[in-house]
Amino acid sequence: MGIFSSRKTKFVDSDILIIGGGFGGCGAAYEARYWARNAKIVLVEKANIERSGAVAHGLSAINCYMGMQWDENRPEDHVRYARGDLMGLVREDLVFDIARHVDATVHKFEEWGLPIMKDQKTGRYMREGRWQIMIHGESYKPIIAEAARKAASEVYNRIMVTHLLMDKARPNRVAGAVGFSVRDGNMYVFRAKAVIVGAGGASHMFRPRAIGEGMGRTWYAPWSSASAYGLLIPVGAKMTQMENRIVLARFKDGYGPVGAWFLLLKSHATNAYGEKYEPRWFDEIKAMVGKYAEITPMPTCLRNHSMLQEIKAGKGPIFMQTQHVLDTQEKEEIGWEDFLDMTIGQAVVWASQNIDPKEKPSELITSEPYVMGSHATCSGAWASGPEDCAPKDYQWGYNRMTTVEGLFGAGDTIGGSAHKFSSGSFTEGKIAGKSAVKYITDMGGNEPQVDEKEINRLKATIFKPLENYDVGRNEIVAGTVSPSYISPLQGLQRLEKIMDEYVGGISTFYMTNEPMLNRGLELLSMLKEDLDHLGAEDLHQLQRAWELHHRVWTAESVTRHTLFRQETRWPGYYYRGDHPKLDDTDWHVFTGSQYDAKTGEWHMTKLPVHHIID
Amino acid sequence: MPTFVYMTRCDGCGQCVDICPSDIMHIDKTYRRAYNIEPNFCWECYSCVKACPQHAIDVRGYADFAPLGHSVRVLREEEKGSISWKIKYRDGRVKEFTFPIRTTPWGSIQSPSDYAVPDANALGSVMLAHEPEALKVKTLPTLPPKKKV
Repeated sequence: MGIFSSRKTKFVDSDILIIGGGFGGCGAAYEARYWARNAKIVLVEKANIERSGAVAHGLSAINCYMGMQWDENRPEDHVRYARGDLMGLVREDLVFDIARHVDATVHKFEEWGLPIMKDQKTGRYMREGRWQIMIHGESYKPIIAEAARKAASEVYNRIMVTHLLMDKARPNRVAGAVGFSVRDGNMYVFRAKAVIVGAGGASHMFRPRAIGEGMGRTWYAPWSSASAYGLLIPVGAKMTQMENRIVLARFKDGYGPVGAWFLLLKSHATNAYGEKYEPRWFDEIKAMVGKYAEITPMPTCLRNHSMLQEIKAGKGPIFMQTQHVLDTQEKEEIGWEDFLDMTIGQAVVWASQNIDPKEKPSELITSEPYVMGSHATCSGAWASGPEDCAPKDYQWGYNRMTTVEGLFGAGDTIGGSAHKFSSGSFTEGKIAGKSAVKYITDMGGNEPQVDEKEINRLKATIFKPLENYDVGRNEIVAGTVSPSYISPLQGLQRLEKIMDEYVGGISTFYMTNEPMLNRGLELLSMLKEDLDHLGAEDLHQLQRAWELHHRVWTAESVTRHTLFRQETRWPGYYYRGDHPKLDDTDWHVFTGSQYDAKTGEWHMTKLPVHHIID
Repeated sequence: MPTFVYMTRCDGCGQCVDICPSDIMHIDKTYRRAYNIEPNFCWECYSCVKACPQHAIDVRGYADFAPLGHSVRVLREEEKGSISWKIKYRDGRVKEFTFPIRTTPWGSIQSPSDYAVPDANALGSVMLAHEPEALKVKTLPTLPPKKKV
C-alpha cells in the first residue's frame, strides 16, 4: 500500500475556479481577468488547454455569428431560428443574450489571428449559411488557449476534477472542487469563492456505431465525458432538457461535417436511387408534430426523421451527391479543408476507400445520440438569466449562475441555450466570468469553508479504484476477468449497451417507451452500485473510471427526463412509442430535475417556457 | 487508428504525451518511446502527429472500416502560419493542400490586463469587455418590444 501513503494532497486557493479549458472555460478566464485585475483566477483542465475540448483539432466554420455590422441578422432573428430548430423550446433570454454579444467575440478572435475567409466581392466574412462563417480553423484552439493562458493566474493541466466541494456552513453554496493529477497521482483540493464549470457534454453514453478500434471516432470527442453534468447533478443543481439528446446526420464512419457541403457548396442528399426523399415524408411528419413541420429551415431532428424513414423503407444508403458541386479548384479545397480542419478521420476514410468526392457520392448516416448543451440541442443546468431581459422566474441571482449558489456554467453546462457552438460557448463563458466577478465582489468577507472530513472522505473515494485493482488482481492469474472488479471500459460498454437498447439508441432506431425506460433505470441502478467496484490499474485508468462516473450520473438523468416527458417532441432525435406525437397542450414546457443527495431521490418538475421574442 | 509510432524515428521526447487530449500517448517503459495505449479512444485528431518534432507519428485508419494502403500526412509550420496535407489514396492517387492557420505572430495576443481598467460601475452593466467597440455597432442590442401581449 506504499503508493497510497506517499500520495500528497495539494491545496490551491483562488477567487474564481474554472473547471474545463475548452471554449467556455477560456472565455470565462478572459472576461474574469478583464474585470478583476488582482483576482486569483485558476483554470483546471484534464488534458492540455492547448488542444483540449471539442475544438481540440480545430474547426472549419464558426456557426454562430450575427453580422450586425452589415445588418445581416439581429439577435432576435437568432432566437427565432434556435427556437424553431429545437421545436419551440429554448430559453429565449439566454439565446438572445449570447446572440447580442457574439459578434464582439468573433471580431476579437480575428484580431488575435484567426484567419476568417472573406467574400471577395463584398469584403465581408464568407458565409457558409445564414449563421455560419468559414474559417481556416486548424489553430482555432491554440489561439484561444493563448488568450486564456494570458488571462488566468494559473493553469493546471492534466488534473481530472471528480467532485465539486460544498460550503461547510451553507449546504447549497459551492466551495471549490477536488480531483487528482493524472501524471503524479496527487490529490488536488481547489478552494474558491466562485466556481465556473465549462466542462464537456457526453459522447460514449450510447453505444456507438463502430465498436472495434473505431469506437473512438464518435462524432463528439471521446474525451467529452459528461463532466458538465456529472459534476453538477450530485450536488443538487437543477437540470433541464436532459432528454433532448442530439443525433447527427453526417458522412458515414468518419462523421465528417456536412454543413459546408449542403449550405455553401449546394450539394444535396438522395436515397440510393438518386431520389430526393425529404418531401416524401412531409405529410407523415406533419401528422406527428403539426405546425412545427412548417418551420423553415426544417428543424434538424425532422430532417433526421426523413432520412431514417427512407432507410427503414429500404431505400438506403443515403448519399451526399458531392460529385456535382466540385467544379472548381477553390471548391475542392473548401470541401477538403472542411474535413482537414475539424474531422481528419473523414479524409482518412475517403483515402482508404478510394472515394474522391469529385467523382462519386458519399454515404450519410445518423450517429448514435450525444448529450450536450452547445450544439443543436440544449441539455444542461437551469441557469439564472440576464438581468435586463430574463423573465422574473428565470432570475434568482447572477447571470449564468445555476441553482447552486456561487456555481456558474458555460457551454455544454448551461441548459436551454442551444446553437452556441464555439463562438457562443466562449461568449457564454465571458458572461459567466463577469457574473462571477460580480458575485465575489458582492460577497465581501463571507467566504465559503470546506470541511476537512469531507476532503478525507473524497480522498478515499477518488482513489478507491486503484485499491480495488491492487487487491483484486492478486485473486486471479492474469487477464481481464475478475469476480471482484470491472475495468472502466467494461463498465462503459455496459452503460452504452443499456442506453442503446432501452433509452433510444441506434439499435432500436431511437425508439423507447415507459417499460423500456424503467428497465433501463433498473439496470443503471445496478451499474451505479458496481461503480464502487471499478478497478483501475494506473492513473490513466483512474481518469477513465471517473469519466465513467460522470457519464453514468448523466445517463440516469437523461433516462429520467426521457421518462418524464410524455410526448415525442423531437422525432429524429428519439421517439416515445407510447406517446408518438408532439403534445403542445401538456408539454410546451422545459423538463426539470433535482437530485437530493440526502434521500437519493430525483424530483422532476415542469418549468415554464416564456416567449419573449415574437 | 489511430495513431502509431515508428520505432526508428521516435526519440521519446514526450511532446505527444503532453498534448494528447485523450491521454493515450504514453512512453513505453522498455523501449522508452511513445505509443498509443488505447487506440479505441483515439479521435484521429492529429494533435500528437502535428506536435511530434521527429515526424515519428502516423495514422492508420480505424481497422473496422478503413481498408489499408492509405496515408494522410501533415506538416504544421507555426512560424510560416500554415499547414500542409498530403493525402495518399489506397489506389495511389495523391492530393495535396496547404491552408493558413494564423495571421498574427504566436504569443502576440494582448492580455485582458493590458487594457485600461474598466470603470467600477461598469461591473453592474450587461456590457462585456471591449463592448460596444468590438461589436462594430453603436450599442449593445436590448430586447425588442413585443408586438402582442
